[in-house]
Amino acid sequence: MGKKKDSASGPDSKSSVPRANPEPAPKKPAAAKAAERVTAVEMGARQREISVSEFFTKNRHLLGFDNPRKALLTCVKEAVDNALDACEEAGILPDVTVKLEVMSNGEPVAPSQANRFRITVTDNGPGIVRQQIPRIFAKLLYGSKFHRLRMSRGQQGIGISAAGMYGQLTTGKPVKIISRIGPKAAAHFFEVQIDTKKNEPLVHENKQIDWEQPRGTQVTLEVEGKYQKGRASVDEWLEQTSIANPHVKLIYRTPEGETKEYPRTYHELPPQPREIKPHPYGIEFGMLLKMLQDTKSHTLSGFLAGDFCRVSPQLADEICKAAKVSPEDKPRELKGPVAETLYRTLQETKIMAPPTNCISPIGEKAILAGLYKQIKGEFYTAVSRPPSVYRGNPFIIEAGLAYGNRPQDQNRPQQPAMPKAEGEHEEEDSELARVIRYANRVPLLYQQSACSTFKAVLSTGWKNYGLTQSRGALPGGPMVIFVHMASVWVPFTSESKEAIADYDEIQKEITLALRECGRRLGLFVRRRERAASEFRRRNIFELYIEEVVEACNRLKGGTLPKQKLKEQLQKIATSRTGGMKTDEALGKTGAGPEGLPHSIIVTADGVEGETALATQVESDQGLVVPTAEPNLRGDPTPADEPALKEDPTKSSRTTHRPNMRTAQSGQVTLSPGESKAKNRSGGKSPKPAKTVASKKHNRTS
Amino acid sequence: MTTKTKKTTPVEKKLIGLADIVIQSAERSKDPTFQIPIRALSNVAFNERKGLIEMGGKKQERSFFNVGMAKKFMQTVLVADALSELQRADLTTSLREIYYRTKHTIKNSHENTFDTQDESDPVIEDLEVSLATLREELHVRAENSGSIVGPVVFGDDGDRVDCSKLGKGGYSVPSIVEPEYLEIRRCTADFVLLVEKGTQWNRLSEDKFWRRYNCVLLTGNGQPPRGVRRLARRLHEEHRLPVYVLVDNDPWGYYIYSVIKQGSINLAFESQRMAIPKAKFMGLSSADPERYELPRNVGIKLNEKDIARAKELMNYQWFKKPAWQAEIKRMLTSGLKYELDALANKDFQYLTKKYLPRKLKEKDWLD
Repeated sequence: MGKKKDSASGPDSKSSVPRANPEPAPKKPAAAKAAERVTAVEMGARQREISVSEFFTKNRHLLGFDNPRKALLTCVKEAVDNALDACEEAGILPDVTVKLEVMSNGEPVAPSQANRFRITVTDNGPGIVRQQIPRIFAKLLYGSKFHRLRMSRGQQGIGISAAGMYGQLTTGKPVKIISRIGPKAAAHFFEVQIDTKKNEPLVHENKQIDWEQPRGTQVTLEVEGKYQKGRASVDEWLEQTSIANPHVKLIYRTPEGETKEYPRTYHELPPQPREIKPHPYGIEFGMLLKMLQDTKSHTLSGFLAGDFCRVSPQLADEICKAAKVSPEDKPRELKGPVAETLYRTLQETKIMAPPTNCISPIGEKAILAGLYKQIKGEFYTAVSRPPSVYRGNPFIIEAGLAYGNRPQDQNRPQQPAMPKAEGEHEEEDSELARVIRYANRVPLLYQQSACSTFKAVLSTGWKNYGLTQSRGALPGGPMVIFVHMASVWVPFTSESKEAIADYDEIQKEITLALRECGRRLGLFVRRRERAASEFRRRNIFELYIEEVVEACNRLKGGTLPKQKLKEQLQKIATSRTGGMKTDEALGKTGAGPEGLPHSIIVTADGVEGETALATQVESDQGLVVPTAEPNLRGDPTPADEPALKEDPTKSSRTTHRPNMRTAQSGQVTLSPGESKAKNRSGGKSPKPAKTVASKKHNRTS
Repeated sequence: MTTKTKKTTPVEKKLIGLADIVIQSAERSKDPTFQIPIRALSNVAFNERKGLIEMGGKKQERSFFNVGMAKKFMQTVLVADALSELQRADLTTSLREIYYRTKHTIKNSHENTFDTQDESDPVIEDLEVSLATLREELHVRAENSGSIVGPVVFGDDGDRVDCSKLGKGGYSVPSIVEPEYLEIRRCTADFVLLVEKGTQWNRLSEDKFWRRYNCVLLTGNGQPPRGVRRLARRLHEEHRLPVYVLVDNDPWGYYIYSVIKQGSINLAFESQRMAIPKAKFMGLSSADPERYELPRNVGIKLNEKDIARAKELMNYQWFKKPAWQAEIKRMLTSGLKYELDALANKDFQYLTKKYLPRKLKEKDWLD
């Protein structure tokens, strides 16, 4: 990327300047006349450097500005990514506000018709020192993230400045920035544009202002765009961002003037990823040559041990020996075939996998919290895979699932029972699952089918887990599949960062994570089916008893004590269907989601599994959550429930991971006001009673 | 039983017995269960002495509180109720009407008691078997799909029906031909000829074959319905008429013959009253094409199903007679089947004028 020589296009000079460097005379002068020749000197005169800015002006589709709708999203995305990266690096729980406004010349325009928007993104981050502001926002390829191997949302340092440039290009308006680095410092206001020839910032305005925020940054861009809801919209992107980043408080003011709030449901910052040195397996030959030139080490062994991770001085010596070079050689003098041998040796030597503390996964709990918050379902689960490595880059795959409909939606009053005629059947639900994809916590909305994650979802055999799936299609059913790849370097298929490239190692990890989710879902689905069939069983008898009694009564000439016969039969039915056992299978007594780690199950009576987490999410959303109150169902045996739920030794299925639930609930960090005692009681309490369930539907989804 | 003006029929008593099973079981907290004889090859035996297929003693239980059977049980009670209604009102009806009569949507659900007639028909057969009553006694009739012509006089609902004076259309055999419903007043025929297909029956009727050979012509248009079988049996039993069967030369024709002769597997319990063990197989025999010089080109190649069915027949005990084994084997060897209609290849009246006269003259039939 960047500096690239380019010969001038098309001969435009008509003069016939004598050749400076005459080539062998052409055999066919006629032909030579027809095609006008251009000398190397002329060509040389036209050859000049292209600025990256100019390059991107012409190739804006490479950065995700192909069409107005996508451009609007890309601008929002770049600004929010920057805000979140800054907050997290500074150790601040992010509060981000995104505001979209319609810009028009006089006449008010409906948001869906408008073609010009003002985007304002405000964060509570660390702010930016005054001197850096212009370059960060108005110089391409300027940033802190490109040169280090550390997980972050942004990577190349082109995002926000490209967005600014896009705005400049389409509306002519500069980027406006307000930034304040602390309550004692002044807030600075900047208006900057980019000099596209030089790739340097032009500062239009620079002053100190009063700003109500004690700290943070606000970016305002005015761009040409198109606002349209639905798939791959700003709305969808923000919603998905909130799912993968439950530690973020996100406020979104839509162009229609609506305010959507995505509350913080997880009160812990993701662990700070460490910066690592490159792993020898992850570099290319050219990169090695560059590193050899740039190193501060004076000896080759010093260079190897110092500039790479997982190479000890001892191993460095061994590598030198194997490559037949002296460890004492100066790195700068290593060139040509010798360097190539060294490169090959590096690739062939067995070197420990890179450290993985440079990536910070979202974590199962946070994924659950995010999914539970945003998606109405019946079953949730999340899996974080152990770190793995592709091309020397460590990465972690995480997957999650939200499945089913909330019980209150299931019990939605069915259309008045219309008697069915011969040949009529219940209509089948043909909904397909939805995949939401993330790279370093950033939702990916475009090019789904080119993405490694999507391919992995398709190639997973969901039929094994009780779902329907046609050949080469997504599984059927009300389900959202969540896949996240966290890495120091996510291999995108293009600069616009839309799809993850198809490395075998990555594909394998995604598949493993999805399979684990699937297994848990399968257990859940099967359990539900069992319960449903029990329910059907009992239901069948209840329905048929009525019929049989009526028919018997008619057979007996209408003289039967119907009520008595009905009661007798019902008694038999209850004893035959196992009474309490059925209740249990139906989830009426609520034996927890045994054998299903990191899962939440929502029943008509409340939440099971990571109840503490769910309760937490509920309370964060300002819903009433009764804690250990006696349940409201008037169940004759309420005392049985906590015992059933809590004692792990009693349930054979949890014994392989004893105390798992308790241990995990201890890890949940609660917001300052709430104590761990509440957390524990949340796990023990009979499920939050009906009020919770009935309030859930208030949630935005 | 409370006071009732009308006398309860024995069949109605049997039906009410089902309700009693439910009531008594409920009283004792037992799962109400009906015993239903199994209607399958596994539960029939060929009684060589009587020449009948007889039902064995195997029974299946149908209990209410078993998920797999609950619906069937409920349906059985519903059908029993509908049947007893017929008894009380003294009406007869068809299988299809019973299906509609018992079909409704169960209260508080989307479920229908019966979804298709395929569900109610077997329940009726179950009741016939387990209550040991005939379908006619249950007042369920089939379509009238048989015809009779010949020197026989019936009394039907007080009307005198002389089958020799009904032109070429003949009398349509009702589905219930029990003596209470159909009286055989007079019969001067020498034998009964039961023809598989209407086409040949029409030919024989048109040619007044019955007058020349003094016989009764019967057809059931394919697999003969109960009424036709029962009537043939009555003529055979009450008037000592030999019965001859004329069917296509294919495995299905053989089976039609065997049902007339020994009874069917499904309704083995009715063999006693339906089967005619002395019935004779007149044709078409697999030997006929050669004997009557039917050209090979009027044959039809046996398909896989035909071959499989033929082999199945050879294994039935009632086809074990050497003559029959030879008959079926001959068909398999030739690889061809022949329709009765193929006789028209020689002459439209070949059946009337040549084939049957020669058969009767040569007494060329199989037992």
